[in-house]
Amino acid sequence: MLEIKNLHARIGDKEILKGVNLTVPDGEIHAIMGPNGAGKSTLSYVLSGRDGYEVTQGEVFYNSQDVLALAPEDRAAAGIFLAFQYPVELPGVGNANFLRTAVNAVRRKRGEAEMDAVAFLKVARAAIKNLSMKEDFLKRNVNVGFSGGEKKRNEMLQMALLQPGLAILDETDSGLDIDALKIVADGVNALRSARFAALVITHYQRLLDYIVPDVVHVLVGGRIIRSGSAALALELEAHGYTGLEAA
Amino acid sequence: MSASMQELASAKYQYGFTTDILMEEFPRGLSEDIVRLISAKKSEPAWMLEWRLKAYRLWLRMEEPDWAHISHPPIDYNDLYYYAAPAREQPKSLDDVDPELLRTYEKLGIPLNERAALAGVAVDAVFDSVSVATTFRETLSKSGVIFCPLSEAVREYPELVRKYLGSVVPMHDNYFAALNSAVFSDGSFVYIPKGVRCPMELSTYFRINARNTGQFERTLIIADDEASVSYLEGCTAPMRDENQLHAAVVELVALDSAKIKYSTVQNWYPGDADGRGGIYNFVTKRGACRGRDSKISWTQVETGSAITWKYPSCVLLGEGSVGEFYSVALTNNHQQADTGTKMIHIGRNTTSTIISKGISAGKSDNTYRGLVKILASASGARNFTQCDSLLIGNECGAHTVPYIESRNASAKVEHEATTSKIAEDQLFYCRSRGLSQEDAVGLIVNGFCKDVLKELPMEFAVEAQKLLSVSLEGSVG
Repeated sequence: MLEIKNLHARIGDKEILKGVNLTVPDGEIHAIMGPNGAGKSTLSYVLSGRDGYEVTQGEVFYNSQDVLALAPEDRAAAGIFLAFQYPVELPGVGNANFLRTAVNAVRRKRGEAEMDAVAFLKVARAAIKNLSMKEDFLKRNVNVGFSGGEKKRNEMLQMALLQPGLAILDETDSGLDIDALKIVADGVNALRSARFAALVITHYQRLLDYIVPDVVHVLVGGRIIRSGSAALALELEAHGYTGLEAA
Repeated sequence: MSASMQELASAKYQYGFTTDILMEEFPRGLSEDIVRLISAKKSEPAWMLEWRLKAYRLWLRMEEPDWAHISHPPIDYNDLYYYAAPAREQPKSLDDVDPELLRTYEKLGIPLNERAALAGVAVDAVFDSVSVATTFRETLSKSGVIFCPLSEAVREYPELVRKYLGSVVPMHDNYFAALNSAVFSDGSFVYIPKGVRCPMELSTYFRINARNTGQFERTLIIADDEASVSYLEGCTAPMRDENQLHAAVVELVALDSAKIKYSTVQNWYPGDADGRGGIYNFVTKRGACRGRDSKISWTQVETGSAITWKYPSCVLLGEGSVGEFYSVALTNNHQQADTGTKMIHIGRNTTSTIISKGISAGKSDNTYRGLVKILASASGARNFTQCDSLLIGNECGAHTVPYIESRNASAKVEHEATTSKIAEDQLFYCRSRGLSQEDAVGLIVNGFCKDVLKELPMEFAVEAQKLLSVSLEGSVG
């Protein structure tokens, strides 16, 4: 379970999050919607531990662990996964090597045995098949020369292999056509279980047609100003955020 | 710095131990007498002594070069020892080698026992001024390959040595080459006869052990017509507070259709985090592609030394000959590297490729310096050069100094260069996937160097990858 309590964060002198309260129980998928500049990406970076975001107040717990006290790599080991809005290119670093290094780093921290290259390839090939990806994905350099859709698929592949307990999708749908959108949704839906939770951050409602959330939150001006069922997303799509900001 | 911090810092250079062994050393300083002593110690013929003395007299009139982008306090050449060797008689076979030395090489990961040795690799082990063991000599001699200490070759194969020694790097070439020609002590000699493909990888492992001693080894490799050989050298030294001089000369000769691949993993002691100590690595390496369609390929991974000054080069004489230079130079803390290559195109349709990857971290300075020279005779010559620099942190420097001189209008020369920093978003991306900061840097740096590392023989590529990561420890964050 993810618990965010009165979270305040700033970049430099600018306060972006102004008291976010949010609880995501295991087994649920929550969506966070909001206009540009509301603090959606800041929230995902604060949760995953990126430098440059200063938490001034509040607490975050994941399965009773103090998330804010952990280095980014330890958050990954604790089961938190961030799917990037703009996945980063790593020239010269083979995708298979990167994935195996990541999987083994996390396994080591979790006290599990490392996977050798053969065992890993087997698992990776199966995951690739599930995501309808081509096998040459493993041979290419991490995200180098990937199309927007391929980069997002690669994020889903990483998620499938790292098997997080909590996935944070930071506008993973941006710039995707419907086919790619479905693949992202399939990636998340495939992980759905009583031990998996997801925070789906999105600007548009259409992703939520494919990943149906249990709860929708509206983030405006650094605070969650409304929460509701999946129907709230449709309401936002129809009427926009302007009416809500006054509330 | 507290004692435990010091331990931590020194733990990173894992070859910094010293071997306690009785040594024979010549008196400090350099004079004609010292040159004569070295020559006598090696029972050299008169022509070799004359050659040395000529070089010494030349050297006296030369001045240390000052054009490189490096700085160091003046070297007092009369304060060095020019010869240091284990006191025991030179061993006749592996069974006679001092067990203390065998243990030393074992600790360095180079077992000299042929049964324990890395499969398919013959090793010449050079300890300070002498070769202490050469493995697999009999296996090699069956195919006619000569692999022995140079001092032995001077006595046993004088006609070959006289013909080729100094023919690629003449004694007057530069200050350090002249010094080396006067006082060189040992190194490896390789001759691959006509049509022979050397059945094993050959390698020399250089170890500096004695204090205040310079190492001046000299290596000569000749590949006769249609012969081929892959050769690798490795180097380490103990951690000491004072700087030590290493001024080597390497000469390669490739005749018709011969191929020489020369790889270096240079890990001399780089000095401590404050820039104290470390090796001054002033080395002249050059290969001559004398035959048609011959090929010389240099691959170097340079992570050690306080200062590196070296430019492994190719003189492309033979028609259709090929020169290659693949380099990774990594500097951290206060290290300085000024390294690159020269490709001299003389023959028709000669081609050269230069791929250089410089990585600077800490307060270090890293310079690529290269010359592509195309003479009027080199019709159809081609060169491709790519120089990439990667910066880690804000206090280091990267410099690229490419010279191109072309006197033939039909020649094609391409040059590409990039400079980048390890981006914060790359590090965060890796860390968010569970990699530690240091593993992330290692992965990114190895990715950056991939085009060069893939040129190394397989076993050494793995070693080199590890070395790059270890050398960067503590450079970020």
